[in-house]
Amino acid sequence: MRFLSDTYVVFLRALRLSLTNPTWMFISIMQPILYLTLFGPLLLEVAKTPGFPAGDAWQVFVPGLLVQLGIFGTAFVGFGIIAEWRSGVIDRMLVTPASRWALIGGRVLHDTLLVIVQGLILLGAAYVMGLRVPWSVVVVGLFVVGLLGAAFSALSYAAALSLKSENAFAPLVNMFALPILLLSGILLPMSLAPFWLRIVSDANPIKHVVEGLRAVFRGEIASPETAIGVVVALGFLLLGAWLGVRVFKAQTK
Amino acid sequence: MPTPSPDLIVRARGLKRVYKSRKALIEAVRGIDIDVRRGEIVGFLGPNGAGKTTTLKMLCTLLEPTGGEAQVAGCDLLTDPEGVRRRIGYVSQSGGTLGDALAGNEVVDHARLYGIPKRTAIERGKALLAALDLEGIWDRKCNALSGGQRRRLDIVMGLIHEPELVFLDEPSTGLDPQSRANLWDHIRKLRDDLGTTVFITTHYMDEADQLADRILIIDHGEIVATGTQEELKKRVSGDAVTLTLADAEKAEVAAGLLGELPGADAPIIEDAVVHLHVPDGGAALPAILRLLDRNAIEIAGVAVKRPTLDDVFLTLTGRSLRDEAA
Repeated sequence: MRFLSDTYVVFLRALRLSLTNPTWMFISIMQPILYLTLFGPLLLEVAKTPGFPAGDAWQVFVPGLLVQLGIFGTAFVGFGIIAEWRSGVIDRMLVTPASRWALIGGRVLHDTLLVIVQGLILLGAAYVMGLRVPWSVVVVGLFVVGLLGAAFSALSYAAALSLKSENAFAPLVNMFALPILLLSGILLPMSLAPFWLRIVSDANPIKHVVEGLRAVFRGEIASPETAIGVVVALGFLLLGAWLGVRVFKAQTK
Repeated sequence: MPTPSPDLIVRARGLKRVYKSRKALIEAVRGIDIDVRRGEIVGFLGPNGAGKTTTLKMLCTLLEPTGGEAQVAGCDLLTDPEGVRRRIGYVSQSGGTLGDALAGNEVVDHARLYGIPKRTAIERGKALLAALDLEGIWDRKCNALSGGQRRRLDIVMGLIHEPELVFLDEPSTGLDPQSRANLWDHIRKLRDDLGTTVFITTHYMDEADQLADRILIIDHGEIVATGTQEELKKRVSGDAVTLTLADAEKAEVAAGLLGELPGADAPIIEDAVVHLHVPDGGAALPAILRLLDRNAIEIAGVAVKRPTLDDVFLTLTGRSLRDEAA
């Protein structure tokens, strides 16, 4: 299978480049731990306020962090592809017979693997802080992180490669990042929000992924919330894959 | 559908590329015909912005033509781009390696995208690096290499799948004279030892003159001349006389007078410089100087030389290529 072997070559190249950059590895490992240790204790206090959803503070907070990791762990990968495009690597690969799906797929796979590893570190740290969930929850949690990571990595490559400018790409990411973060209940649950804000947040698909994952962490794996969350995440992945390949193919149009 | 001649490795007819900008349509390449025979080194010469890179990218499947057709290495460019990709090598103007990556890894990964097994890729990569005097760079980061080394590394990557035809886009830009001469030797060896056909774009006259068997000249998206260096130079009648006047305002008058000389062509004016061609430059010079002196036109400098490709370009387009070169 040419597609699979091409994907593997692109994936391995990306992984090798990440592993030779220790600073970057250190930062990506530290980030989830910082969130847990510096923001988690605040949340333990907030959890006592009325309106805070069921489950202990960790069961509410950790799913949010996982979703955040999936999205923001990969949203910035586009910067890397602009650098690759500028140094001629993208053209050099496009002129080979390799599958266009593999050229983006291998990179997305690499980013997905990294967020899953980060997710695992996050869950490990959360266990130390006091989170207690069964293994099935860990698996579903990492699966959702992987879906979101793949989706946003592909979307990020698509956006960056069509803009081809860091100066245009950075504001674009920020434009989407802030509303997604604030309206998803990632950090504080939306059940604390006033009515109008709750309605607005319902329009944010990411909010439903967060709600779905919170249901999983409460032990309600077979709930409608979970199903909706997973379907939304899958939807993002399909959108990302479609746009990503479209943009790669458009490079030679 | 005409069957392509077996010894033509590139056959393009009416190849065209129109870019859409906000409102206007920009015709970067206006329906050109290109023939390249197997085993040739063809120089594709033209000033910056003439359409060289656009043409090259079309022939390499990196840019879809908006019109015309082409067969490259036996495959149809429009219906079988993958077949073309398998058979050609392309070395872009901007290179193709990431600074942080190790040279050897980039070579092997690139080879594997052509389906070449890892072991073969390593063997072939090392042999090619050695052939281009790049032993010992295998474990070095690409951004630790010199400009000339990195350029040759790009060429190694373009050759790793042993293509029958390789496209080199401005390969010597930014290199010092010694590295350029060295690179030319390698390109010649490529053809002489491996029989690879080389299609090379350049805006350097000397590069085209020294390296190519045949030259295509492109200007404003159209092929304005093709032929060997000798054929092209014959188009320029006689020797080039370049006169620099002390006063640019007198250039028109001087050009009018000089055009009357026996056997002279129509002079071309660039500011205070007047270019013209006369059958025997050395013999004509005293007459030229006397003529201008009689008309009180002061001369700051004068040069006579045998025709070069630069003169060919000047004759064909009315502009000097050197002035266009960035």
